[in-house]
This record gives sequence, C-alpha cells and structure tokens, in this order.
Amino acid sequence: MDKGRRRALKVLGGTLGAGAFAAALAPLRAWSKSLSVEQFLQKHYKELSPSELAATMRRHEREAKAKYGRDVHIEDVRPMEGVQFGYALNLSVCIGCRKCAEACHHENNHDRKTNNSYIRVLEMEQGTFDLEKGDATYDHPVPAPGKYYLPVQCQQCDNPPCVKVCPVQATWKERDGIVVVDYDWCIGCRYCEAACPYHARRFNWEAPEIPADELNTEQAYLSNRVRPQGVMEKCTFCLHRTRKGLLPACLEACPTGARVFGNLADPESEIRRVLANKRVFVLKEDLGTKPRFFYFFDT
Amino acid sequence: MVLSPAAVTPVTAALLASMLGAGALACGRDQPEPLRPAPGDAESPVTVHQPPSLTSVETKEIDGLGRPVRVACVTCHSTRDAGGALPTSANELREFHVGLTVRHGTLACASCHAARAGGEPMLHLATGEELRTSETMRLCAQCHGPKLREYEAGRHGGMTGHWDLSQGPRTRNHCVDCHDPHVPAFQPSVPVLRPRDRFLAPPSAAHAGDSHG
Ligand code: HEC
Ligand code: HEC
Ligand code: HEC
Ligand code: HEC
Repeated sequence: MDKGRRRALKVLGGTLGAGAFAAALAPLRAWSKSLSVEQFLQKHYKELSPSELAATMRRHEREAKAKYGRDVHIEDVRPMEGVQFGYALNLSVCIGCRKCAEACHHENNHDRKTNNSYIRVLEMEQGTFDLEKGDATYDHPVPAPGKYYLPVQCQQCDNPPCVKVCPVQATWKERDGIVVVDYDWCIGCRYCEAACPYHARRFNWEAPEIPADELNTEQAYLSNRVRPQGVMEKCTFCLHRTRKGLLPACLEACPTGARVFGNLADPESEIRRVLANKRVFVLKEDLGTKPRFFYFFDT
Repeated sequence: MVLSPAAVTPVTAALLASMLGAGALACGRDQPEPLRPAPGDAESPVTVHQPPSLTSVETKEIDGLGRPVRVACVTCHSTRDAGGALPTSANELREFHVGLTVRHGTLACASCHAARAGGEPMLHLATGEELRTSETMRLCAQCHGPKLREYEAGRHGGMTGHWDLSQGPRTRNHCVDCHDPHVPAFQPSVPVLRPRDRFLAPPSAAHAGDSHG
C-alpha cells in the first residue's frame, strides 16, 4: 500500500483540474505556513514505529501545554483482543433532549462556537424515516407531539464508503470495528464527508476553540485530542474510553437509558441480547454499508 | 412514541452474520503492535444507585457547600404516632409533605405504603411482605415485571461505568432516578446544545446573525 501523501495529491490534481485542486487544498495551504518540517514529514500512524509514535504524541502534548497551559495526556489506545464494538439505540424512549450530543461535545474537545458534536439528533415526523427531512436545530420542549427523535452518529460501517474514497488512507477501520482518522495525515479534501450517507463526518473549518479550563486532558491519538484546522473528524465510539472497558460518554449521559453498547463478539453481552430479542434495523440498509449502529423499539 | 412499523427495515440475519465475521476484514496497524488484552473472566460489581429521595427529604435549608440539607424519613417518623391510618388521598397531608401529587394509574396509597404506627415509613408487596424504602425496586418490579426484565437485560434505565466488567464496576440507575413513584410518567424537558453549524441552520434562520457565520 503506497501511502505517499504528496504523490496522492498529484493524482488528485490530475483528476480534478487545477481550480478544484486548489480549492481542495485550501485548508492545507492555510496552515502550511505554520507547519514544521517535522510535522510535514511525519509518517502515517500505521507506519510510525512505537518510538516514533511516542515522540509524536509527546510533541502534541508539548504543543497543547503551550497553547492551553495544561498537562495533556495523549495515549495510543489500541483495540482489544476479541472485541467487536456495536451500539444500539431504543427509539421508543429517546426524547430528543440532546444530552448525548452535549456529553460528546465535552468529552471529545469539540469547538465551542459551533456547538459541534459527533451526534446529530434529528426531529422526525412520526411514521416517516427520511433522514434528509429530519430537523437537527429544533428548539422547543421535547418530546413534541407527533414527533420522534433519531440521534445519528458514525455508524462504524463494516463496508465504509468514507474509507474507500480517502485518497491518502488517512481514515481506516480498526480491528474492533471503529473507523478512525489520522488527523496528522488527513489532507482535508472532504471526500469522506461527501461519501458518508449518514452525514457523520465533520470538517474543521477553523481550529476548534475550547476554553483551557474545559479541555478534556485525557486524550487519545486517534480520538479526542484537539484536531488541527483543515482536517476531518468523526465519532470513534469514544475509543479512549471504550477500549479501556468504559462506556461511551453519550451513553452515560442519556437520561432515558435509550443507549446500549458492548461487544458483539460476546453472545452474553447486552448488545447481542438486543439483536437477538428486539426488532432492530439499521439506517439506509439498502446502501450495503453494514452499519454497527442499530435502532430498535420497545415493542 | 409510536412509529409505523412499515417505515423501518428489519436487519436481516445475513447482515448480522456478516457483521460478526467482519473482524477478519478490518485492517489493523501494519506492524505487529500488541492489541489490548481481551475481556477477562473477573467480574466487577454492578451496583444500583440509591437516590437520596428514598430515605430522606429535602428541606429549604442550604448547607456549607450550597446543597439543600436533607432530613432522613426516620427523623420524624420514629417519633410520630401515625395511629396506623394511611391517608386515602394526598390532600389529607396537612402537617407535612403538603402538595404531594399522585398520578400513578389509579393506585391507592395503600397499594404501596404500609400502615404503621410510627417508626420508619415502610412499603409493602401484595403478599403483605414489608419493604424498607431502600428496597423500592422490588416494589416496582412486582407490577412492572416486563420492564424489570428489560432493565435486567441492560436495555432499560441506562448505566454508567464499564461495559467490560473485567476492567471495572458499573452503576445502574434506580427506577426512581427517572420515575417519581408518585408521578412516574417521564417528564418533558428542554433540549440542550442546539447546533450552530452554519450548514444546519433551517432556511429561515440562515441569516439570523449567529455569532459565527
Ligand atoms: C420533617 C419530618 C418528616 C420527614 C423528614 C418525613 N416525614 Fe413523612 N410525614 C411527616 C408528617 C408530620 C406526616 C403526617 C402528615 C399529615 O398527616 O398531615 C407524614 C406522613 C407521611 C406519610 C403518610 C402516612 C403516614 O404515616 O401518615 C408517608 C407515607 C410518609 N410520611 C413517608 C415519608 C417518607 C418515605 C419520608 C422520607 C423520604 C418521610 N415521610 C419523611 C413528617 C415527616
Ligand atoms: C407506586 C407506589 C406508591 C404509591 C401508589 C404511593 N406512594 Fe408514596 N412513596 C412511594 C415510594 C417508593 C416512596 C419513597 C420515596 C421516594 O422515592 O419518593 C414514597 C414516599 C412517600 C412520601 C414521602 C415523601 C416524598 O415526597 O416522597 C409520602 C408523604 C408519600 N409517599 C405519600 C403517599 C400518599 C399520600 C399516597 C397516596 C395518595 C402515596 N404516597 C402513594 C410509593 C408510592
Ligand atoms: C401496585 C402496582 C404498581 C406498583 C407497585 C408500581 N406501579 Fe407503576 N404503574 C402501575 C399501573 C397500574 C400503571 C398504569 C398503567 C397504565 O396506565 O396503563 C403504572 C404506570 C407506570 C408508568 C407509566 C406512567 C405513564 O403515565 O406513562 C411508569 C413509568 C411506572 N408505572 C413506574 C413505576 C415505578 C418506577 C414503580 C416503583 C416506584 C412503580 N411503577 C410501582 C402499577 C404499579
Ligand atoms: C434512565 C432513566 C430510566 C430509568 C432508570 C428507568 N426508566 Fe422506565 N422509562 C424511562 C423512559 C424515558 C421511559 C419512556 C417514557 C415514555 O415513553 O414517555 C420509561 C418507561 C417506563 C414505563 C412505561 C412503559 C410504557 O410502555 O408505557 C415503565 C412501567 C417503566 N419505565 C418502569 C421502570 C422501572 C420499573 C424501572 C426500574 C427497574 C425503570 N423504569 C427505570 C426511563 C427510565
């Protein structure tokens, strides 16, 4: 596999034409001024040796210390042996309060100005199932009559269109099913954002702004460390928590108990019992993306 | 909340099967870096959160940390001679607990509360067995068996802590954390964190002058 970033850029330029190429690279240009040689020559996550990776993480920690004045701890949290993550959500009880989105916002060091979150809760007309018609910006007491609520985040597809379109392999699927992004490798072309049928990927138009005292200092290289400007980001099922056995932040925050998380490879797990006993479905099944995020109803 | 079943596509068995076999397809790191160990056999405890409302009531006093001072039920009830009679409606409470509302099916106070002549206020099951208020979940379980089974299967009521009990403990929410025993219907709320993403604003609000644009 050739992960040469600069070569891929050339290919991109060739197929898109010069104008589109410039536009696609705008974010890259915008921060290349401040990019050190060290950063530019950095290797892809998967090619970094353990010591190179450690050095990179220490560099990010120093940069965070300089920027926020706080001791940030960045770790490379690896997948667990024998674990395949899955998530399920009970639509009968979800009330659309967006507490999950809020927990994600804080846990994953999201930009405060935009209220960014990996979770978008769609207010839907009862009896309909068209994601594109859902309203994510509703602002009235919930649940509203005649509506139901559909929280959507990365579905961690087993056949992920976003991974396939990445021209530089800056996004891939890990052994436990989580689709991750190497923020130091992403060139910000946003192909993955366009390819995702669930609108689950976000682009950092600007560097996220987070007050220093609100920073979550427990970070992982592939998840909640503060993203630079011009790169894609997405839900990682809180891998910095879940790979250590903890529940994702959005689940803990849910005041209705609508969320079920666990190991699909363990037949005794709560998530497997949901799949076995409930009428579950996935979003846009016809696209063949094979999501690991399931929805179900009480009855 | 009701949704027309026709609107949803059930997941096919084939999809589930392919998903479970997917681990092999997933690409890991190229170099032989060790994975974190698989979940072990050790089981950390699962405890049920005990809301303070089960054993004490809030007063209007505020303590040094700015929290309301709570008074244990027994403080008053151990000295009170209730004469063994239970009220038949919340209106009968005049000395204390004034303004209590009860809207739980058509249950009478005596369906849950045991008549006592003073002492700790007790609940009771249909069998007559008395329960302390700290054992309230057994009371709920008596009439809501199906929900309790959902709860036990981990898909009602939520939790915090570890999904992998071999790495640490878990706390389950108590029924009463979410359902007031007297008015158990889940209460509506006001949503938080409205997205301010410039692409999400509905057409009418697109130019409404968000701080960010
Ligand atoms: C500040 C003192 C006080 C505290 C604390 C208190 N109660 Fe009471 N309680 C009373 C009084 C006084 C009455 C009688 C009210 C009336 O009849 O007007 C009463 C009545 C009741 C009754 C109606 C049946 C009866 O015995 O008269 C119940 C049930 C009850 N309390 C339960 C509780 C529980 C459960 C707690 C703790 C969660 C608690 N109380 C805490 C003072 C208290
Ligand atoms: C479904 C069972 C149930 C019914 C029916 C019920 N209670 Fe309770 N009650 C409880 C439980 C459980 C508590 C324990 C405290 C808590 O969690 O609120 C309690 C606590 C109380 C308290 C203590 C203060 C408080 O606000 O919790 C009072 C007073 C009380 N009940 C009075 C009544 C009266 C009067 C009625 C009938 C009009 C009644 N209850 C009906 C279950 C019930
Ligand atoms: C003695 C039987 C009994 C006990 C004990 C009991 N319930 Fe209920 N509960 C009922 C009945 C009856 C209804 C009404 C069902 C209906 O309207 O269809 C109900 C309704 C409910 C509802 C639905 C309310 C709504 O308006 O949507 C909830 C939630 C609930 N109970 C929770 C609890 C909890 C929590 C406890 C324990 C504190 C409890 N119940 C104890 C009998 C009981
Ligand atoms: C984390 C919060 C939470 C906890 C804990 C919780 N519930 Fe619920 N429960 C809900 C929500 C939300 C609903 C859905 C309300 C609705 O449909 O309007 C619900 C619904 C119910 C209903 C009504 C179901 C129906 O079909 O109308 C019952 C009965 C009930 N719960 C009982 C319990 C019991 C018993 C426990 C404890 C074993 C419990 N709940 C714990 C949040 C909770």
